Amino acid sequence: MSKGYFFSRFYLWLLIGVLYLPILIIMIFSFSEAKVLGNWTGFSTRLYTSLFSSNAHHALFKAMLNTLVIAVIASTISMMLGTVAALGISKLRERQRKMIAFFNNISIINPDIITAISLFLLFVSLGVSQGYTTVILAHITFCTPFVVLCVLPRLSSLDSNLYEAALDLGATPGQAVRKVVIPEIRPGMISGWIVAFTLSIDDFAVTLFTSGSEGLETLSTYIYADARKGGLTPELRALSTLIFVTVLLLLLIINYRSTRQRRREKRDSVAKR
Amino acid sequence: MRRTFNRLRQLVRSQRNWAIPYVLFLGFFVVVPLLLIASYAFTNGSGHFSLENFTLFVNHIESVNTFVYSIGIAILTTCLCILLGYPAAYILSRMKPQSASVLVVLFILPMWINILVRTLATVALFDFVGMPLGEGTLIFGMVYNFLPFMIYPIYNVLSKIDTSLIESAQDLGATHREVFLKVVLPLSMPGVGSGILMVFMPTMSTFAIAELLTLNNIRLFGSTIQENINNGMWNYGAALSLIMLLLIGVSTWFNRDGKSKDERGLL
Repeated sequence: MSKGYFFSRFYLWLLIGVLYLPILIIMIFSFSEAKVLGNWTGFSTRLYTSLFSSNAHHALFKAMLNTLVIAVIASTISMMLGTVAALGISKLRERQRKMIAFFNNISIINPDIITAISLFLLFVSLGVSQGYTTVILAHITFCTPFVVLCVLPRLSSLDSNLYEAALDLGATPGQAVRKVVIPEIRPGMISGWIVAFTLSIDDFAVTLFTSGSEGLETLSTYIYADARKGGLTPELRALSTLIFVTVLLLLLIINYRSTRQRRREKRDSVAKR
Repeated sequence: MRRTFNRLRQLVRSQRNWAIPYVLFLGFFVVVPLLLIASYAFTNGSGHFSLENFTLFVNHIESVNTFVYSIGIAILTTCLCILLGYPAAYILSRMKPQSASVLVVLFILPMWINILVRTLATVALFDFVGMPLGEGTLIFGMVYNFLPFMIYPIYNVLSKIDTSLIESAQDLGATHREVFLKVVLPLSMPGVGSGILMVFMPTMSTFAIAELLTLNNIRLFGSTIQENINNGMWNYGAALSLIMLLLIGVSTWFNRDGKSKDERGLL
């Protein structure tokens, strides 16, 4: 192999190495009881056991639970709203479509602090008390545009008359959607859900501004408060490690399944020939 | 009762009406809130129209300094991300799709760790190597956080470039350098454009991250906005947000050509 080849591979792996170095540090120090990252005090799995057993870190556990509940609810509603919207948008005339696309893009481009403050002002002027509901509504607001973007391309490759054909053949609208349309666009919906879920879990600014003062904490706001106090709850390292490993495994499984499927399709097409 | 039900059924039957709920939703949760920012920005504490908030900003040297400084940091971060990210995206786009997709996932994977945890981990890294927290660590941390956002769109565009264009350029006698400068680079500009949007804006507007990376010594514009809102200065905070929004408008405007082509593909 040429020198350029070697150099380019080296560059890529160097970048990846630097990107992963901090994560590696978290992972290594999740097996130590050290209060601060960086000084090794010997191997221990105490952080993991206390993460799941004690009441001492009840707040952290509760924050994690809140994060998950909010993410699941928000991304599921976003998926439904976004899919229905995409189905409608795909039938609209060019001009109306452009209008909706414009506002859809606005909420994608807006930095999270703008979204956060604008929603904060909305809830304040409506006089709604802020808490679980407002956080979920806010998360739906910034997640749904991404679902629309994930589902729409699928629809453009779908035969546009399938839904009407199903209706003409006597299906109710509900049946037509469930049995004809959804199977066709399912991959787009799933990737939309995943994007929404990730965005919701990772969000910090919007949650901070819409969670009110009733003490609703998600992982992000918990970490923020923690870091401000000057230091991280050590158990967070164990938690981050667990999250990271879970995601890594999930992605590996998805990747493995899709390559296996691709291989099978290839084999089938060869066999047909 | 029966009539409204029938009307509803008629509405549902036509698929284009399905966009209506989302249009209402966008109106209520995106358009109205943005208008609220504008209305708060142009009123004073007692609810009358005034430009007080903007004159306050212009006369408040510290805010203006933070604003200009944030733009500087954001430009620097964006440039570094392009310099580091473009070659990576280019290399990825020239690899076999199978191995490239694995590596792209590797670049995106760190995003799954909470951004604050990642930032604190970089802080720990600086502690580890004994680097004092300050401007250098701020820029490193920002580049570290936002580099994947630059690599991904550029890679996306590069990997979709028709290879026959490159081959025909080569057949017509272009050198590697010429092929890159005259064919690949211009074609990849939309990707660079969306990369810039995805790096510049978050760098300007993040709060907390800058504070964590510099032990509260350096604050960016996002922190200024957040603090004002937190301290109950809603009108002033809204005015600052509006200035930020203007900046976004301007940078999307510059990006318009590349972007509109993308949208046509999507919508």
